[in-house]
Amino acid sequence: MAFPHRPDAPELPDFSMLKRLARDQLIYLLEQQHEVDKLYKVENKPALSSSEQLCFLVRPRIKNMRYIASLVNADKLAGRTRKYKVIFSPQKFYACEMVLEEEGIYGDVSCDEWAFSLLPLDVDLLSMELPEFFRDYFLEGDQRWINTVAQALHLLSTLYGPFPNCYGIGRCAKMAYELWRNLEEEEDGETKGRRPEIGHIFLLDRDVDFVTALCSQVVYEGLVDDTFRIKCGSVDFGPEVTSSDKSLKVLLNADDKVFNEIRNEHFSNVFGFLSQKARNLQAQYDRRRGMDIKQMKNFVSQELKGLKQEHRLLSLHIGACESIMKKKTKQDFQELIKTEHALLEGFNIRESTSYIEEHIDRQVSPIESLRLMCLLSITENGLIPKDYRSLKTQYLQSYGPEHLLTFSNLRRAGLLTEQAPGDTLTAVESKVSKLVTDKAAGKITDAFSSLAKRSNFRAISKKLNLIPRVDGEYDLKVPRDMAYVFSGAYVPLSCRIIEQVLERRSWQGLDEVVRLLNCSDFAFTDMTKEDKASSESLRLILVVFLGGCTFSEISALRFLGREKGYRFIFLTTAVTNSARLMEAMSEVKA
Amino acid sequence: MDCYTANWNPLGDSAFYRKYELYSMDWDLKEELRDCLVAAAPYGGPIALLRNPWRKEKAASVRPVLDIYSASGMPLASLLWKSGPVVSLGWSAEEELLCVQEDGAVLVYGLHGDFRRHFSMGNEVLQNRVLDARIFHTEFGSGVAILTGAHRFTLSANVGDLKLRRMPEVPGLQSAPSCWTVLCQDRVAHILLAVGPDLYLLDHAACSAVTPPGLAPGVSSFLQMAVSFTYRHLALFTDTGYIWMGTASLKEKLCEFNCNIRAPPKQMVCWCVYAAHSKERAVVVAWERRLMVVGDAPESIQFVLDEDSYLVPELDGVRIFSRSTHEFLHEVPAASEEIFKIASMAPGALLLEAQKEYEKESQKADEYLREIQELGQLTQAVQQCIEAAGHEHQPDMQKSLLRAASFGKCFLDRFPPDSFVHMCQDLRVLNAVRDYHIGIPLTYSQYKQLTIQVLLDRLVLRRLYPLAIQICEYLRLPEVQGVSRILAHWACYKVQQKDVSDEDVARAINQKLGDTPGVSYSDIAARAYGCGRTELAIKVWVCWSMSHAQGSRPLRAGTLIWVRARLGVFTVLLHLKNELNRGDFFMTLRNQPMALSLYRQFCKHQELETLKDLYNQDDNHQELGSFHIRASYAAEERIEGRVAALQTAADAFYKAKNEFAAKATEDQMRLLRLQRRLEDELGGQFLDLSLHDTVTTLILGGHNKRAEQLARDFRIPDKRLWWLKLTALADLEDWEELEKFSKSKKSPIGYLPFVEICMKQHNKYEAKKYASRVGPEQKVKALLLVGDVAQAADVAIEHRNEAELSLVLSHCTGATDGATADKIQRARAQAQKK
Repeated sequence: MAFPHRPDAPELPDFSMLKRLARDQLIYLLEQQHEVDKLYKVENKPALSSSEQLCFLVRPRIKNMRYIASLVNADKLAGRTRKYKVIFSPQKFYACEMVLEEEGIYGDVSCDEWAFSLLPLDVDLLSMELPEFFRDYFLEGDQRWINTVAQALHLLSTLYGPFPNCYGIGRCAKMAYELWRNLEEEEDGETKGRRPEIGHIFLLDRDVDFVTALCSQVVYEGLVDDTFRIKCGSVDFGPEVTSSDKSLKVLLNADDKVFNEIRNEHFSNVFGFLSQKARNLQAQYDRRRGMDIKQMKNFVSQELKGLKQEHRLLSLHIGACESIMKKKTKQDFQELIKTEHALLEGFNIRESTSYIEEHIDRQVSPIESLRLMCLLSITENGLIPKDYRSLKTQYLQSYGPEHLLTFSNLRRAGLLTEQAPGDTLTAVESKVSKLVTDKAAGKITDAFSSLAKRSNFRAISKKLNLIPRVDGEYDLKVPRDMAYVFSGAYVPLSCRIIEQVLERRSWQGLDEVVRLLNCSDFAFTDMTKEDKASSESLRLILVVFLGGCTFSEISALRFLGREKGYRFIFLTTAVTNSARLMEAMSEVKA
Repeated sequence: MDCYTANWNPLGDSAFYRKYELYSMDWDLKEELRDCLVAAAPYGGPIALLRNPWRKEKAASVRPVLDIYSASGMPLASLLWKSGPVVSLGWSAEEELLCVQEDGAVLVYGLHGDFRRHFSMGNEVLQNRVLDARIFHTEFGSGVAILTGAHRFTLSANVGDLKLRRMPEVPGLQSAPSCWTVLCQDRVAHILLAVGPDLYLLDHAACSAVTPPGLAPGVSSFLQMAVSFTYRHLALFTDTGYIWMGTASLKEKLCEFNCNIRAPPKQMVCWCVYAAHSKERAVVVAWERRLMVVGDAPESIQFVLDEDSYLVPELDGVRIFSRSTHEFLHEVPAASEEIFKIASMAPGALLLEAQKEYEKESQKADEYLREIQELGQLTQAVQQCIEAAGHEHQPDMQKSLLRAASFGKCFLDRFPPDSFVHMCQDLRVLNAVRDYHIGIPLTYSQYKQLTIQVLLDRLVLRRLYPLAIQICEYLRLPEVQGVSRILAHWACYKVQQKDVSDEDVARAINQKLGDTPGVSYSDIAARAYGCGRTELAIKVWVCWSMSHAQGSRPLRAGTLIWVRARLGVFTVLLHLKNELNRGDFFMTLRNQPMALSLYRQFCKHQELETLKDLYNQDDNHQELGSFHIRASYAAEERIEGRVAALQTAADAFYKAKNEFAAKATEDQMRLLRLQRRLEDELGGQFLDLSLHDTVTTLILGGHNKRAEQLARDFRIPDKRLWWLKLTALADLEDWEELEKFSKSKKSPIGYLPFVEICMKQHNKYEAKKYASRVGPEQKVKALLLVGDVAQAADVAIEHRNEAELSLVLSHCTGATDGATADKIQRARAQAQKK
């Protein structure tokens, strides 16, 4: 069932080196500290350890610093003296040291950095595991992480050779790219002369395409993520899946033979596939009958283990499927998908709006309601003022007044806006653009210009033909294009852009689209005339998602790769989905 | 070598004094020392000269010049004195120059003539002017004592922590005391003053007359008094030419001497050798052309002074400098005396001799050595040589003594090498700092008293960074105490060099400091900012961040901008914050959107109040409103506080012209109050529920009236209310009430939801009741929901609706619905025919 790659598809680079590098560095850091005897999770309670030194391995977050400070200060009060070491991963921020200083413990702790920024979650998926990137950059306008991204790119290029072709779109992408280029130049010579292993790199900001990320996922891996939440490439299957009374943590990657075959499939196919697989498995078991002793011995020693393993995985995924089915195939889900498709295609807006209103009235789920509102806003270039007010009022009544702040966040990020009458909008626009040109500093920053940004989704959709015209039923078993990841209703915008640019090897002819995306200044290409790049490497493409990517996008691009003989490698700040995006924007009571 | 003791002068039977030259001064003084105010810091410290002090005969229009020299006469600073008349100069323990002005103001200058600060000695001093002032050193630091025109004393024991103390009045004091000094006893500073033949001791409570025991009669006035470096001993010089020496407590006389010179001495210095030694007291008295060393002996040692000289008391001797030379006068230490005394047979002397003979390849070496060994004094001999080496000034002599020690060591088993090694190290350091260019003529005892840390500080103070670092490295001091500290100081100094470009400074700092542990870059950046070099502050920080991130590497302007945007801004930001006042700080931020957003984030976590001020300053009412909203549920506990916070938020939203938010906030205030009332009246938990949940809770609690009232008050739309009631009643399984409700009026949400909800509660019976009331469009769905496939099929056929037909068909399962399925197929076929 799973479609094999074309025989000439390039081999993926070996990313286990990244893991090895990170591990060695961590061991080195910890060895300096001597003997680690126990690991604790950093959470807000005192660490009950009698050891003489404490070592914290943390993300550079102010919250964590406060926790460490409280711990150290508690020790001080109790008259204990210990050694403290804080290892920041992937890097140290000045603000953190500042907090330590303000808390009066800067002198008591020593700091280190563990430059572990790339976690290979799968053979083709590298994650920086920085979920906060999204909120920090797209909401707060904090650009500190961009440096981390640049460092990561630099690391990749030192390990796997230079990238001859670079493309990117988005403000953050451009900044990261330029910063990275500077790093490269300063260290010139190191990567020069190496054969490039990866032919293309494509950087893309999440805010270029919010729509795709906001849609319900229907590809198996995406669905599992939406339903059970995949964390760091593994998922906790609860008792309802394992059909026992224990939860089970399962690694989801290409090593899982069963999962590997269904991960990119539309959910409607998965069940059929699994039952087919189960029958095959049974048949293989059944071969036992009529075996003589020798064959039996062979079978037990060689095949049985594999079969058992497969059996276990199969039953797990069947359990997961059942669980998903239970949750999703109800009337509600069908309606939901229908509404989403209607929003994407832009018809029956009134009906969709009242569906959303009902959704809110019934308190189905705060995150889901919010997601639908955002989807409506983006696809429609903002809500009409009446809806904007009434939906928000309804929402506040249903889910609590603190969401007033959520709305303010969403507005700032450009996710949920009000349609402004034409002239005022342009006035704001011109004002903002004036600000930007006036102040050099404004150019780099102003992440808030999204206030005046129109999403122009409808126009883009038309230009890029995102809604495929389908005659009759879309056969999800034999996908024709990337739209299959959304039941044939919508081609993910981000993936379409990548496809188009790769086809043209530049942004040429996409000017209009780029303009509609409000990225005129932030779309770039950079080709080096490298003859060294082998044809194989030129079919290897690294896609960098700044702000997170969804499994649907990954599946779509994998599909594209199979069609065109490419292999895609994904580098993302974190794997995300609609719920995570919304939660990042939500203000929740502490 | 033979006349090595030529400059030794015996005092009494057993003590020798020697005077040797430290430096020949090349400071090219235009005026005589006597025309200047002079101050020299102890421990080989710098010399300050204020030329042309305010003397009556000079025209006041000429501005005096303040010069600072090292002990070797190298000029360190020179500045025109622009302030008021100076009465006295003095050095603090931190080698800061204190200039006491006539009006009681004390100006503090650094070693390089940089103005540090100033303070006043109080109003009383200001009014009465300063007659005389002394700077003295105590264990707390340096103090200032002042004699005012009203003949009152004011003192501060520590200028670092200024506490003025006005001493009590001396009864009947009409004129200035003939001489006075500051004594320090039991950690308290006293003043000893002489008025005519009387001595008075002033402490902060009282003034008491004292009499030195055993004072010779006939004294009508004390001309000079001197207290020892350690405040333990005191010397008094009377108008009869008589010198009394005793303890500073005035309880014991140690010795006396009559020099028969009645002229008042220019300077008198009393010192006691720091190390315990039998003859540990001596007084040096200087007149214009004569220098006299007086001790417990009938004779004194006299020197002729060719030039105008100035005495600097030291721990273990006296430094004497004049226009051309700088000399040191001290008692010959015991070890040296033993070794070098003519015809000495001390083991050390023999060892030195033995070593010399050994070098001459003479057999006498063996004889000498044997002699020492026979007496079993070789260990002692080696120790003596080592110790004596420490007290020698000439490196040649140090070397030969050390060589002797090393030679002697060879014949000893298990002689601990520490003392030898340490002495070698110490001497190397001492010789380095005694160098002419450095000009810190420390003796070994002084050095031990001062400690290496302080010495390093002093080198840093003199900006002798390379030497300081070499010393640290040579002595293998821990980096944090040694090299890093010095580098940090260096960098702080470097950023103050205004004539060097930012880029160069930043690069230089980065190259030198690299990854040295323990260096606080923020301090350096702060210092740079302090000098008004914001750009540099940023660069320093950025350089470091860059080098830290991937080892040292050259900088590029392009990168700088980028990195600054992320890393550097913060540093500068926080320093700006500390340096500027709020208003200016916020104004600065406004022009730096990047910095602003960073700062906001920081504040969100760390300084909420500041965040508020920030928004206030910006008139950012929207954010201000949000801030108060957050406060209403995060910071405030009491309901009144929360309502108040919300009120503030609402006001802010109005100002921001965000009526929606303002209204919503006001609604929330109402809701909060109401919830509070509900809790009071009905009990249960209402606070913090959303409006919807509040109403639901009311219904679940059976308070239907209240629920309806609430819905009216808050204008809950009908649709929502129906959904809400429906869900709540179904949850209660109050089917009767539900039915009543369904009939209360026409449902705004139709009846399909009733069916759905009933089915969710698995009540098919009730569901069927409502299925019949569902409007025609949704009838099929409703029937399907209750599981009545057959009827659904009928309705669908009746409607002739293709979509409905297929929906029903999809619900037909297996055998049970076979007939229905056929029916539909037939209907379809029929429809197509038509």
